[in-house]
Amino acid sequence: MSSSKRQVQFRLKSNVIELTGNHSAAKPKQKTAKIIESAMKTVFTFCGFTAVAFVLLISVFLIVSGTPAMAEIGLKDFLFGTKWASAASEPSYGILPFILSSVYGTFGAVLIGVPPGILCAVFIAKIAGKKTSSFVNSAVSLMAGIPSVVYGLVGMIIIVPAVREIFGLPDGANLFSAIIVLAVMILPSVISVSETAIRAVPKEYEEASLALGATKTETIFKVTLPAAKSGILASVVLGIGRAVGEAMAVMMVAGNVANMPELFGSVRFLTTAVASEMSYSSGLQRKALFSVALVLFIFILAINLLLNLVVKRKKN
Amino acid sequence: MNTKISKGRIIKSTLLNVLIWSSVAVIALILSGTVVCILAKGLPHITGELVTSKPSLLKGTVGILPNILNTLYIILMTIIVVLPLGVGAAVYLNEYASNKKAVRIIELAAETLSGVPSIIYGLVGMLVFVQFCSLGTSLIAGALTLVIMTLPTIMRTTQESLKTVPDSFREGALALGAGKWHMIRTTVLPSAVDGIVTGCILAVGRIVGESAALLFTAGMANEILGLNEAVMPGKSGSTLTVSLYMYAKERGDFDTAFAIAAILLFLTLVINISAKTAAQKLKKDI
Repeated sequence: MSSSKRQVQFRLKSNVIELTGNHSAAKPKQKTAKIIESAMKTVFTFCGFTAVAFVLLISVFLIVSGTPAMAEIGLKDFLFGTKWASAASEPSYGILPFILSSVYGTFGAVLIGVPPGILCAVFIAKIAGKKTSSFVNSAVSLMAGIPSVVYGLVGMIIIVPAVREIFGLPDGANLFSAIIVLAVMILPSVISVSETAIRAVPKEYEEASLALGATKTETIFKVTLPAAKSGILASVVLGIGRAVGEAMAVMMVAGNVANMPELFGSVRFLTTAVASEMSYSSGLQRKALFSVALVLFIFILAINLLLNLVVKRKKN
Repeated sequence: MNTKISKGRIIKSTLLNVLIWSSVAVIALILSGTVVCILAKGLPHITGELVTSKPSLLKGTVGILPNILNTLYIILMTIIVVLPLGVGAAVYLNEYASNKKAVRIIELAAETLSGVPSIIYGLVGMLVFVQFCSLGTSLIAGALTLVIMTLPTIMRTTQESLKTVPDSFREGALALGAGKWHMIRTTVLPSAVDGIVTGCILAVGRIVGESAALLFTAGMANEILGLNEAVMPGKSGSTLTVSLYMYAKERGDFDTAFAIAAILLFLTLVINISAKTAAQKLKKDI
């Protein structure tokens, strides 16, 4: 028996002795105990609802500071305007370039990152031995833990020059480089969530398939993966969330010019639009940046909702 | 019995197998390439002077001691606030809450918080702590922002570990006459220590790696602060990640940036290993 359990039992015993041996002093003691009990219940209830309070805090502050600029610029001009020129003498605040860059960038990252991620999850869960899979797992969690600025730095030094050389561009900091970096950054979430989903497939399914004469690979692709479909889908949605929300790494490799997105053009995402101008902005420009953040927040909420629906469907 | 598998099927299976192995190889290559690149470019630039001094324009030297200290201060301040909050929230969800709807709402809120991008935390932290609470761009404002960000991590790991504490422990304690709080303090929480410690380590990992949330809350100053100064409002300071960004993007000093990246990589490795061992070692104690 461990020492902590013994200690617990000892303390409980002494408590019983106090309760039985001190009849005369029991009443005031019970009263203070009752007060402490109800006080602690209040404290825990308070802690419990902090998460809700934080979500409300974020929503309220974003809505309050994000809506004025939308009203001032006009919702249609703001969301569908194709020109962002906040520092011009006649400023224009259209965030369609940011929205489309974010969407294209995320889509590209998912397109490149998800297939190898799922295949790697298959490897860990089904093909590798115990030692190999635990080693690959540690490697994946190391990948998940590497700070985004470090990915951005490596992207700046390796991917950006490589893209410039390979495609013969004047500058390699563009949407394509951002897609590559984001694809690498979403890998860990895709791999670990898919792996859990693949491992959760009942063994009987696979055994039945093998007994019917299918090869191991056929079983994996025709039985296991379809059975783990919703978990894998959840991993993709999680990856989308990560890619949409990433700011620093994108800022370091995407070139950061507010163009309409082109694969080899310098672009700005929703996240980097906020990050790059916030420190020196003022007036309507600053308010417009809060509105960009509000749009980003709504995107993320929609992705979260999608994730919840996917996970819920799995449970049913 | 004919056990022959048609040639087409064999080719298809082999092809798919090749696909699996090649994607594993590519991912392994990416990770090892990243690690080797960081170490090769970073390690030579980690010098005694770099880690023990502050940047000096007069002497033209670079030092990251202030950033190391700021990272530690922010970790310390964040954990001090978030630990009781997160553990308390988990205890409420697992031990007190009887209303299923309330539990669902809280869990949904925690899920939402863990999905919010760090740049939004940075912005809201700036609005709430820097401006509304008039703490100014300061380490304390950064730490409070990170409290919101790391709360779901601590909540989730603690809650998962609370769920594994057998009900017989609770029944035993209650039957011996312990009050609910007494039971939680002496029986439930000590048995859930593995989840609490793992949650803390994971939270430290997130804090060490965070940059976007700190850029506009904790600021970019590079002064050496004592702990007593660091908790004061208005004392700005950049952590390792923020300073990496500044060195790489704003100043083009890639040597220092890679040196910081190598240090961060090492920290990530240490944090990952300790989270794993903590989860395994402390679990056995129950």
